[in-house]
Amino acid sequence: MSLKDKLVSAYFAFEDNLEGNSPIHKMRNKAMKRFEEKGFPTKKEEAWKYTSLNSVIKHDYSIFPTREHNVELKDVRKFFLHDIDTFKIVFVDGIYSSFLSETTHDNMDICLLSAALSKPKYSAVIEAYFNKIAQKDSITSLNTAFAKEGAYIYIPRNKEVEKPIEIINFATGNESALMMQPRNLIVVGENAHVQIIERHQSLTENPVFTNSVTEIFAEKRAFVDYYKVQNDKPNASLLDSTFINQDTESNCAVHTFSLGGKLTRNNLHFYQTGNHCESTLKGISILNNKQHVDHHTLVKHQAPHCVSHQDYKGLYGGASTGVFNGKVFVEKQAQKINAYQQNDNILIDDKATINAKPQLEIFADDVKCSHGCTIGQFDEDALFYLRSRGIGKKEAQALLMYAFANTVLESVKIPELKRRINKLLATKIGVSIGFNV
Amino acid sequence: MSKFTEDDLKKDLENKEYEYGFYTNIESDTFPIGLNEDIVRAISKKKEEPEWMTQWRLEAFKYWKQMQEPDWANVNYEKPDFQKISYYSAPSKKPKYDSLDEVDPELLDTFKRLGISIDEQKKLAGVAVDIVMDSVSVATTFKKTLAEKGIIFCSISEAIREYPELVKKYLGTVVPQQDNFYAALNSAVFSDGSFCYIPKGVRCPMELSTYFRINQAGTGQFERTLVIADEDSYVSYLEGCTAPSRDENQLHAAVVELIALDGAEIKYSTVQNWYPGNKEGKGGVYNFVTKRGICHKNSKISWTQVETGSAVTWKYPSCILKGDNSVGEFYSIAVTNNYQQADTGTKMIHLGKNTKSTIISKGISAGKSQNSYRGLVQIHSRAHNARNFSQCDSLLMGNKCGAHTFPYIEAKNKSAHIEHEATTSKIGEDQIFYCNQRGIDTEKAIALIVNGFSKEVLNKLPMEFAVEAQKLLEISLEGSVG
Repeated sequence: MSLKDKLVSAYFAFEDNLEGNSPIHKMRNKAMKRFEEKGFPTKKEEAWKYTSLNSVIKHDYSIFPTREHNVELKDVRKFFLHDIDTFKIVFVDGIYSSFLSETTHDNMDICLLSAALSKPKYSAVIEAYFNKIAQKDSITSLNTAFAKEGAYIYIPRNKEVEKPIEIINFATGNESALMMQPRNLIVVGENAHVQIIERHQSLTENPVFTNSVTEIFAEKRAFVDYYKVQNDKPNASLLDSTFINQDTESNCAVHTFSLGGKLTRNNLHFYQTGNHCESTLKGISILNNKQHVDHHTLVKHQAPHCVSHQDYKGLYGGASTGVFNGKVFVEKQAQKINAYQQNDNILIDDKATINAKPQLEIFADDVKCSHGCTIGQFDEDALFYLRSRGIGKKEAQALLMYAFANTVLESVKIPELKRRINKLLATKIGVSIGFNV
Repeated sequence: MSKFTEDDLKKDLENKEYEYGFYTNIESDTFPIGLNEDIVRAISKKKEEPEWMTQWRLEAFKYWKQMQEPDWANVNYEKPDFQKISYYSAPSKKPKYDSLDEVDPELLDTFKRLGISIDEQKKLAGVAVDIVMDSVSVATTFKKTLAEKGIIFCSISEAIREYPELVKKYLGTVVPQQDNFYAALNSAVFSDGSFCYIPKGVRCPMELSTYFRINQAGTGQFERTLVIADEDSYVSYLEGCTAPSRDENQLHAAVVELIALDGAEIKYSTVQNWYPGNKEGKGGVYNFVTKRGICHKNSKISWTQVETGSAVTWKYPSCILKGDNSVGEFYSIAVTNNYQQADTGTKMIHLGKNTKSTIISKGISAGKSQNSYRGLVQIHSRAHNARNFSQCDSLLMGNKCGAHTFPYIEAKNKSAHIEHEATTSKIGEDQIFYCNQRGIDTEKAIALIVNGFSKEVLNKLPMEFAVEAQKLLEISLEGSVG
């Protein structure tokens, strides 16, 4: 039985335990129908031209974990940014772990989507925001159909969240192969500030397949700073779709660090619906072996006087494949836009491949849009300079890699996270260079 | 005579098509509409082609029947009905007009501004010309010089008859019959085209151009061009002309194949200014062209194109850089105005070591037009030290038009160096102000700025062409600023 058939039949069982005949249920049915029609995307689709899911969907995943699993804090502590200095929403095999989490309802809601979907006091927010900007493509629809658990974050107006929020999904691997479909809804009110770190972490060598969808709404002058840390085990695959709706004068930034995992696909969509918005999309990919990362970004400028800034860096070793597909779309009424897109790549090994497709679609004339894309190697002169000063070849290369990735790192606003990422980069590159960059 | 306006011309053209549809046998040279195996055979017979050629065409037709018309391009148009086209009509011997006075004065005005000589004007407008015309004798002299050098330059039907080994060896090697929908169609039904062979070590002393070929049999809508540059030879080939061509064919599906053997260099320049349709976007030519060249060792192919006409353009002149140290270049200006749509760009396929490619594409969109650049740069795993530089700039005039960039970059070799940059902008108000201040009116100022914008490409055109192309840009964009 193919994974698609399995999902379709699993849906009928799943449906019976649901909220009855609510609008959400109708939404699920519709979404399931769309998935049934389209199935998993194939390479024939333009958007999936360079990414094949065949190697991922061939496994026999269990769609619902059979029982609850516990993990010890000591085993997973290293994946947390802080013990106490962050809010945490932690899921183990897709099930909320209250033991590991630190949530709050104090003046804001940092809690669970399952609660938000079922309790009437949240119904107004759910009705206004849930599944409103998520695309209607097949994998997002699949997530919508099964969306049950995930983070629910609601920050009311003028609230500045004092510490970062971590959303962490663990997979214990007690099942032989597990598929998870977390769904996050984040609403940031007027003038509110929030910093969020999202992480998917497998604790096993068994195959894990995550199909995650996140919807973020930034109201007027809201400030959202979002980090995705993707440093998973070699048998874990992730499809991540994030949709961000920005109102007037809001500022949203998403940093994606793709350092591990078997196959990672990031669909990152920004919709600027108000004037004077600012969007930042940055990413670093460092891959090895047979890893595959596909960054698929879209910035849709629908209102005038907005700015968007994209900067993606890739270092590809082994037989890894990197894909960058960035699209800037400027609608007719969106005058005075300043859109910038940069994608730089270095191929380290002979078998590595990079496919880039930076696109511009522009319908307004008074705009400044540019994109640049480069593929190259280390600067021989720079390497020589460093080596002539007694720095070993590997170290010199590592230094240059740091320099290369630094434009993305420097805008990370959480110092502890920056330190961690730096360390991760160093281990990834395989050297310790004896000083902090 | 009352003024012959664009609409009259359109009506004229419409009526003509109508005529076409129901007329079959007034001149025995026009075939009935529709396409089937018999028509393909008949075309081949008409051309007195040998059996292998007929088979080749039939094979192409077989592929074509199984193919779908592509719809991935960023253009919208009503798909032509391929069974409503007459696939062969020899050029009418009867001139359209008896003297220049009958020709659309607007057209003549354009000729004048482009600086085209009276004789040429007559030819281009389809006026009956005197038999002792300058260019006829020029053509003969040309032919003599070429023959001395051993250069073969003739129509492709002639080449099929006279030089079958050459044609057999190279035809369809770069653009195979099954390459794409339009290439297959062209392979099955091509009416004529040109053939050019430059022998080893010969530098072609003049620009080979379609200018003087116009005297010979017209090429019709399914043109096939094959240019072969043997080892260490050089040729510069010009196609099309700057003069507005009022062709009544709706669909043009041409195929151009270039073969640059070791050390050879081919420079292929195109200026296309077909009927773009009227201001409301009615009518106009669909231009679906497949152009591709293959570079062997140390060779070079350079495409230069200025696209200002046609309602829909679908064209990607490409280079396959097969040999080591080969070089591919692509310089393009695409101007769209009113309701024109252009989806154009290039493919650079790097297979050999130390191959280099350069892409400079300038898109200018005005009115309600859509202008897309679509390009592919592919570095294969064995193409060590491949180098590519691409630059795509778009200029937008008004907020009703669109400019799009779809570059595909695929690198499979770690020693590849690829740079791609694209910008979109409009003409700066300060630039126009600067010109105005110095007594240059806005229209002229825009022409000046657009020329500056496209200079990198214009510079690559052969000299006499460049001058005309520059004026052509000016004319194409006339009235687009308001």
